[in-house]
Amino acid sequence: MSAVKTPPSAGRGPAVRGPARPIRFGPDGRGGGPAASGPAASTAVIGVSAALVAVAMLFTAFTIAYVARRQEPGWGTVVMPPVLWLTTTMLLASSGTLEWARRRIAHGDIRGLQRGLAATAWLGVAFLAGQLIAWHQLAAQGAYISANQYSGFFYLLTGAHGAHLLGGLVALGIIVWKAYAERYGVASHAGVGVFALYWHFMDLLWLYLFALLFWA
Amino acid sequence: MDSESFAPRDERPAGRWMGVLILFILAAGVGSFVYAAHYWWLPPLASTLGITDDMFNAILVATGIAFIAVHLFVAIALIRFAAYGRRPAAHWHEHLGAELTWTLVPAAGLVILAILAEIVWARVYSPPPANAQLVEVTGRQFLWYIRYPSPDGRLAATDPKFISAGNPIGLDPSDPDSKTNAVLENDLHVVNNRPVRIAIRSLDVIHSFFLPNFRVKQDAVPGRTIVIWFVPNRPGQYQIACAQLCGVGHYTMRGNITVEPDQAAFDAWLAKQGQH
Amino acid sequence: MGAIAVHEGAAAHEEHAESFVRHYIFSIDHKTIGKQYYLTTLFMAIVGGALAMLMRAHLGWPEGGALDPGQYLAAATMHGTVMIFFFLTSILTGAFGNFLIPLMIGARDMAFPFLNMISYWTLFPGVLVLLASFFVPGGPAGNGWTSYAPLSAVSKFAPGSGTGQTLWAISILFVLFSSLFGSLNFLTTIINMRARGLSMGRLPLTLWGIFITAILALLSFPVLTAAVVMLILDRTAGTSFFVPPNLLVAGQVLANKNGDALLWQHLFWFFGHPEVYILILTPMGIVSDVISTFSRKPIFGYKAMVLSLSAIGFLSFLVWGHHMFVSGMSPLLGAAFIGSTIAIAVPSAIKTFNWCTTLWQGRLLFTTAMLFAIAFVSLFVTGGLSGIFLAAAPVDIYLHDTYFVIAHFHFVMAAAALFSIFAGTYYWFPKMFGRMMDERLGKIHFLFTFLGIYATFFPMHFLGFMGNSRRLYDTSIYPFLSHAGPIDVFISLSAFMLGAAQLIFIYNFFKSLLHGPVAEQNPWHANSLEWAAPSPPPHGNWGAALPVVYRWPYDYSAPGAAQDYSPQWQAQPVAAGGSDG
Repeated sequence: MSAVKTPPSAGRGPAVRGPARPIRFGPDGRGGGPAASGPAASTAVIGVSAALVAVAMLFTAFTIAYVARRQEPGWGTVVMPPVLWLTTTMLLASSGTLEWARRRIAHGDIRGLQRGLAATAWLGVAFLAGQLIAWHQLAAQGAYISANQYSGFFYLLTGAHGAHLLGGLVALGIIVWKAYAERYGVASHAGVGVFALYWHFMDLLWLYLFALLFWA
Repeated sequence: MDSESFAPRDERPAGRWMGVLILFILAAGVGSFVYAAHYWWLPPLASTLGITDDMFNAILVATGIAFIAVHLFVAIALIRFAAYGRRPAAHWHEHLGAELTWTLVPAAGLVILAILAEIVWARVYSPPPANAQLVEVTGRQFLWYIRYPSPDGRLAATDPKFISAGNPIGLDPSDPDSKTNAVLENDLHVVNNRPVRIAIRSLDVIHSFFLPNFRVKQDAVPGRTIVIWFVPNRPGQYQIACAQLCGVGHYTMRGNITVEPDQAAFDAWLAKQGQH
Repeated sequence: MGAIAVHEGAAAHEEHAESFVRHYIFSIDHKTIGKQYYLTTLFMAIVGGALAMLMRAHLGWPEGGALDPGQYLAAATMHGTVMIFFFLTSILTGAFGNFLIPLMIGARDMAFPFLNMISYWTLFPGVLVLLASFFVPGGPAGNGWTSYAPLSAVSKFAPGSGTGQTLWAISILFVLFSSLFGSLNFLTTIINMRARGLSMGRLPLTLWGIFITAILALLSFPVLTAAVVMLILDRTAGTSFFVPPNLLVAGQVLANKNGDALLWQHLFWFFGHPEVYILILTPMGIVSDVISTFSRKPIFGYKAMVLSLSAIGFLSFLVWGHHMFVSGMSPLLGAAFIGSTIAIAVPSAIKTFNWCTTLWQGRLLFTTAMLFAIAFVSLFVTGGLSGIFLAAAPVDIYLHDTYFVIAHFHFVMAAAALFSIFAGTYYWFPKMFGRMMDERLGKIHFLFTFLGIYATFFPMHFLGFMGNSRRLYDTSIYPFLSHAGPIDVFISLSAFMLGAAQLIFIYNFFKSLLHGPVAEQNPWHANSLEWAAPSPPPHGNWGAALPVVYRWPYDYSAPGAAQDYSPQWQAQPVAAGGSDG
């Protein structure tokens, strides 16, 4: 569509005056054509990392509350259920099996992936079962959630962590299913890596909470 | 090619309307403040915390100038630069000097404000003078218990397990001062020109001990005792209000504070209150 | 029309034969999800507004007994909760963010469309739970949207601390999760899915606002989640995170409690302060874009605008204690918060000057969207200036928890943020629905809303000066407030007018949806990328090829150009004196 092109200097009305010496450092379309952009990192990795930031903030809030209350009288005491040593070991082992599985599929070993993921899943389930046993052991010594501040935080922290781990197990279930349906290969296993990010974080988070509950 | 953007167009009537609207807001805003200064303003000051009133007035002047300046500028821009004919807009969009100026100038003003605020804050929360009269205020749904110390200046120990109908704040009967602490409901008396130190507590939820005329406010938090102090300097009767939602009776939680003209008047009044 | 490969014919790029349910109910198309959010939040705004009208009906004529004290507090609590969580928080990112982000960056959809659908369907049960709380014994929560413990932690303290309070807490959890899922999506999409040529420095300020908002949400919402979970446990499991020892409840002393009432406030406000900046950052971005478009002039100081948005976002985490100056928090800590709170005024001032300067020597077009955007500047200035009184802590001692605070936050949230939502609606309606809204009705809506907002909230400053506390059912017991009556009547009448004016908007919205004139692709001659798509965009947004971006979105009235705008997607701006074939 053509149209009348009015030369810019004509019919402009009063002269437009800007500041005498404008300094341009804002981006304004000059200086280079389209940027060669590709994704900075995998979309899924960014998403999961952002989610982990949120989870970290949740536990930061719990931690701050924990530390603040601990200074005050009435904190109370609780005997740490010994099963927690076992569950901690199992969770660590599950990170190990997951890592092993991930490396196996990087070499194209689908069977290795399946076995490793299955082991991770079983260890994860065992971890949660062990946490429930720990709660049972606590209740047996009269340390219900309402017994004292410390017991309240104990159930809160282990419960919140367990809930996030359960969510992780649901995701793991889907990945295990896909592994057994042989949907992963040497060049297509990004989902496993993204999941591993989440699972290892849950593991580290548990180690941190364990230390907090045990020694602090 | 699209010439519609440069097509002749006359937005000046709209610009004038909008400019006038902004000027109306400006006028109404300033005008209402002028009116309010006579009718709807802070209640008369009855303490030595006039410094906060001065601060308030200073901020009012500064923010008032900013309010007027921005609205004037915007109104003028709307009227002057409404689209008209083919007159194009300017294209400039950066000016480091301007940006720095309007960053640093307000920042400088705000730094001065911050320093003043810190100084006054430190004053408000400085330790109470030694000759301060001691009173304890305990908030409860929905009244204020005011407790006066015994002649020896002591407040008896309390424990919630002693709370009963006749002992509403739980004075410990084994403490001899419990017999000579006067506990009143909603009736606070202080002495003109004598500092008063108030220990603020709560039996149930968070209340807030608010003395509008004295520019005093402090939340009453269960589980804590918080001490504030001030110096009343205007005899008379004023009110205590609750300034933190504490349940359905929040709006009924009024108390009275009386500034006695001198210590003798206060002592006489207290003697008449009888004892716990 | 430029070099973009909009294959108009190929936009019959198959319509999937989707069932009604997949297409409209559980859609994973960001545009549909955005509209779902819009309609849901519009409904909640009406609920929140109705509650406000009830409150004002009572406050103007308290002896009339429109509400009893428990009902009044319930109305006040639910009004705040609905407006903040279910209206403002959800509409800005859920509706505008979802609809606009992929279009403004040249993507086909969000990074995680399925999660996007989940995020809307997590909000929806939250709505249901909150509405259900109106019907439980004891009624809905009645302890303010801030829900301070221990009042909110122990059922017997108030009728509004019963089941309704627990349901309140549960519904908040739904909103928080919905928003967290959304924030993940917004962040990832903006980081990773921008079109070729769209660097971060070429993003429209609307997107910068949403981007920083998403970061703030990710960092602050989990803290409220923690607090609400702990509150639920205190209420239902006998814990005492927020319940101090030895409370007197219904004549009995509560045993075995060792909590701290202030812990709730710290956690709540650590969330609460970033939250209110979440509610203003996207509006600031929207207003920047609308003012620029209708001034036909680049936004002044783009870099400063981005830096100030970021500074506000960062500082918002350092100021929460200014809500707690008289809470019993250590005065030393209070002193620190004075400094940080006063600091946060600086970037807001910069933005205000930049908006004003954008108008100067522009070529102003007074569309309805522009009117709301200009009015935003006025409202934001009024609200921001009242904040300075509150930042000066010694003055805050007097003004804390009075109507002055109510005036302050209504100006910045209920007024400024609301006006940006109106500006955004009038501006993007053609893109969302393919039709134009009625400009005449829009201007009438604007006039009565602008006047109504000032008339309703400005006098509240004076109530605050008089020492009128918040959440008071009735002030008649206080002689020092005896002058308040006429002000309350004036405010109530103004509020009724304000509420009625919104009916014009609702009518205009739906009438235009059904019968509005068909919108062209770029009715406002704007530069940003969403205007390259058809109005409304089809599934997949862009036809066969994604757009490419050649410049920033503020290239208006460039000297030497034949048009007064150079869209981002147009390879060569058409020069004067040439022909464009």
